[in-house]
This record gives sequence, structure tokens and C-alpha cells, in this order.
Amino acid sequence: MSVKVAQNHAVSDKELRKEFCDTLLAMAAEDDKVVVLDADLMNAAGTKPFRAAYPERTFDCGVQEANMIGVAAGLSSRGFVPFTHTFGPFAARRACDQIFMSCAYAKQNVKVVGSDPGITAALNGGTHMPFEDMGIMSTIPEMTVVEPCDLVSVGKVTRLAKETKGCWYIRLHRKGAPTVYEEGTDFTVGKANLLKDGKDVTIIAMGYLVAEALKAAEALEKEGISARVLDMWCLKPLDEEAVLAAAKETGAIVTAENHNVKNGLGSAVASTLAQNCPAILEMVGVQDEFGEVGPTPYLAERFKLTADEIVAKVKKAVARKA
Amino acid sequence: MNEVKKFAVDIRKETIKCIGNLGVGHIGGALSIVDVLAVLYGGEMNIDPKNPQKDDRDMLVCSKGHAGPAVYATLALKGYFPMEMLDTLNKPGTRLPSHCDMNRTPGIDMTTGSLGQGASSAMGIACANRLKGYNNYTYLILGDGEIEEGQVWEAAMFAAAKKLSHMIAFVDYNKAQIDDTPENLCALGDVAKKFESFGWFAQNVADGNDVEQISAAIAKAKAEAGERPSVIVLNTVKGKGYSKIEGSLGSHNMPVTAEMVEEAVAELDKAAAALA
Repeated sequence: MSVKVAQNHAVSDKELRKEFCDTLLAMAAEDDKVVVLDADLMNAAGTKPFRAAYPERTFDCGVQEANMIGVAAGLSSRGFVPFTHTFGPFAARRACDQIFMSCAYAKQNVKVVGSDPGITAALNGGTHMPFEDMGIMSTIPEMTVVEPCDLVSVGKVTRLAKETKGCWYIRLHRKGAPTVYEEGTDFTVGKANLLKDGKDVTIIAMGYLVAEALKAAEALEKEGISARVLDMWCLKPLDEEAVLAAAKETGAIVTAENHNVKNGLGSAVASTLAQNCPAILEMVGVQDEFGEVGPTPYLAERFKLTADEIVAKVKKAVARKA
Repeated sequence: MNEVKKFAVDIRKETIKCIGNLGVGHIGGALSIVDVLAVLYGGEMNIDPKNPQKDDRDMLVCSKGHAGPAVYATLALKGYFPMEMLDTLNKPGTRLPSHCDMNRTPGIDMTTGSLGQGASSAMGIACANRLKGYNNYTYLILGDGEIEEGQVWEAAMFAAAKKLSHMIAFVDYNKAQIDDTPENLCALGDVAKKFESFGWFAQNVADGNDVEQISAAIAKAKAEAGERPSVIVLNTVKGKGYSKIEGSLGSHNMPVTAEMVEEAVAELDKAAAALA
């Protein structure tokens, strides 16, 4: 297993949805069982090139998320590998029962993609801003719940989803994102990626907060605090081994997520620690609030999803160790 | 058709016996769909009980998953699994759960139970079969109460748009739900007309417990639907075949005693004798 961390964290010119679609196209060329479904958001998902290349394997269902998930279940039952897309809340909230029964309970192989995680829903506002999607999806037995954070990880995780039988929920940021990985990084289901080692504290981050965690770690280094940074891109199954190693080796953990800390990464890490190795834990994330409208940078400040907040929580955690 | 009628009697007997063996179950809505099951599995469907996964088989989604016992009785009689297995219905560790489960029961093509969902998965199956280049049919059984679910109408619009010509849906219009009649609860109106306005080839079958009428409607659907999906509204009687509970609201899920089984089987034996 190899993790190659990029030295330059500039925002990628290529949008993540373009990488998503390119990966779907590549997989479809290799395997005629790959099919794509959407609920009138192919434009947003950037998957229109897929429709152009494979019209017969594209099912744009109109604005009917529940039916889309059910159709995907039917396709899966006949051996196809459906990737469905809609905005995160309309997958996880509106089609929850369909994902539960027709997909997961029925042991299908459906990959549910929910876009615009948390504050990246930006100008669509609170109605479209999922701070709860991973919590809902994680509660369904056998679901794999993931959130890639950059271009390389979107490609790798999409491919991994196709190669791994079972139902997945994939949180997808559509636009450009800070570069975290270099090509050649391996992703393994249930394994966190170590982005930076450290001895005083571990920052366990997901999605939008991964790049912020790297920024925070750099700032902390200058202040003499050595922070380990893990990308917990796979929330479920959680890499408990990495969490427990972090607790034992660094003595304090700060989680960072673009999601409600309740039933999100914070809760998952807390549960693992409490049952196995109680340790100091601080959580950066949405504190049980609804989303609201605004540009993402504004919302990052509003909900304290920033490198500065991670630094503050790390200092608090390190102080608690004394 | 006499054979199919006899098959229907046998399905009814086994359905009542397996529910009675447990003592309680969804008997009313199971008995109302027996005749369509007899037509489908008694010759209409291209299936192979020795090879339940035959890839180009005709398929059935019983979206009113609570009618599972009738489907199980049908499958057992067709030889998908031993008849004795029917005695395990809903017992710990059974392969025959209350609601249909494709991962547990040989011959069940889709897991159902949360109403409305089988409509969509059936459309997905029809899409998949077309992608595979098959001309097989996907059959779907919906309850009348079930079509109060919005998802059914999402699936209906989808099926028409995608021209799912090899989809034949049945509505088991037995006019009795758990709490009340569909008319009092949700005003279903003219179900066939509703589907027709959604772009389906729609037919009403006056007696949905008459295998000849059902069979004729399927033939007509296959001949005349063209690019449209088909729906056949079966005017059925809840609890059909066991006169004591026929048409009763209370038969949705009710206790079934050994005495009731005896009484029902005697009644059905009489019906079978009349066919001979």
C-alpha cells in the first residue's frame, strides 16, 4: 500500500466531476455492466459525456430519486453495476428506504453517489446541504460510506467502488479541490491514508477538511506541535486500527469533517475509542445545526470548518494531555 | 385451462395450510392473487424450476411482498423447493420470510416488502433484460393499497418514457386494505384510466380471479401494447376461495386456526372436485 502526498496543494484545474465521469467512461469501456442513473442532474454531475458515449446504458429518470434507486436495484439484480447520482440530501434522506430495502437489504451492488457534501452545497442553501447523509447511510448494515477529497482520490475511489461488491454511498464534491494525492496512491477499503506522521496529536479528517488538516498541521509544526494527519476517506468500515494506533501513539485525536459531528466521523471515532482505548478527543465539524445559504468560504467560517479551528482544537486537545 | 384452475386450487390449499401451520399471516391478499400466479406459473411464464437463475427467464416481482406465502406455495408446487419447506414459513431460520426475499427463496426474483419499491425494481429488471438483448417478460404484481405509494407512479412515468414494452403489471384490486377500503382512504378512482393517462396499455379484468379472463388479458397485452408497458387491473376478492373470509377487511393479517384450515381445505377440495 502506497500513499503519495502531493507537495503542492493548489486547487485542481480539472473538476472532480470530470474525473468522476472520465473514470465511469473508462470502466464502461472495460465492462459492459457499468450503467449510470441520474435524477435530472446529469449536467450537475458532469456525466453527459457518459450519456453521449453510452446512451443505452444511461437512465436519466427525471426528478424521482426513489424510483431511480429502485431501478438501479433491479439492474443490479440482473448483474449490472449501477452508479446513481443526485444531490446528497435527495439520495440519503429522500431515497433512504429504497437504498435500505431494495439495495442494501436485498444485497445488491448499487453505488449511490451524493454530490455537494455539506458546505459545498453553497448557494443551494440549507435545503440542499447534507450534514446528515453519512450518518443516515452509515446506519444501514453493510453499506460502505466514503468521501474522496481530490482528483486522484475521486478516480481511485470510484474504481474501487466498482470493483468491490456491495452497496456504497459516495460523497462527491463536484468542483475543483485542493490537491492532496499524487498519482500512484493506493486506496484500500477500510484503510485510512497516512498523509503526515506526527507524535503529539492525530488529526483525522475527511473530504473538504483534509486539505485544511494539512494546512493546520503545517501551522502547528511551526509552533512545535507534531501532528499526524489521517485521511479517513472511508467512514465505514472505519479503520479502527488506525484510530487506536493514533490514540496509543499520539495520545490525543481531533476529528475534522464537513458533516454533523453527531453520527459522523466524530461519533464514529468516539465510539471506537470509548469501546477500546479511551483517549482525548476533540471534534471539528457541524455542531448539530442545519445548513444555510452562502458561498463555501463564508460557510466554512460560519460552521468553523477551517484550518484555524483545527489548530485551536488541537491546542485544546494537547493541553488536556498535560 | 382446467389444469390451471386445479393449480389455483392447489396453491390456495397450500397457502392456507402454511399460514395455518404458523397460526397467523397475510391470508387475504395472498389468496386474492392466486389466480394470476396460477396463470403465470401454470404455463404463461418461460421458467425452469430446476434452474431458477436461468438468465433469460421471465421474471416476477411480487411488489406486495406480504403475499409471499401464495408465491411460495406456487413455487413449491412447481418444484422450486420441497413442499415440506412450506411448513417453515416465518419460523426461526426459515428461507420463507413473511415478505419475498430473493436471497433466501429459490425462484423469488426480487426482494420486496416496503410497498411501492417493487415497481421500480421491476422496471430496472426490464431495463436490464432489454440491455441483455432478451425478449423475456417482466411481470409485476401491485396491491391496490400499494398504488397509493407515490413511487408506483414515478415508476409508471419512467416505464412509459423508457418504452418498457415487455413489462406487464397487475393491480390486485381486492378493494380492502388494513384499515379501510382504498376508496375511503385515498380515492383511487379509475385505476386503469390512471395508468392509461400515464402512457400504459391498460385493461380491466372484470373477474380477476378467473384464470381464463386473466390469460386472455395477458395475450391481448402481448399482442396490442406495442411500445407501451401494460397494466392489467384485476378485480379480485380478498380472501378468495375461503368463503368465511372473502371480501373482509380483517383478512389482511389474521389468525388462522387448525379448524379454519380444515374448513377451507374441505371447501377447496369441493371446488377441485367440481373441476374434475
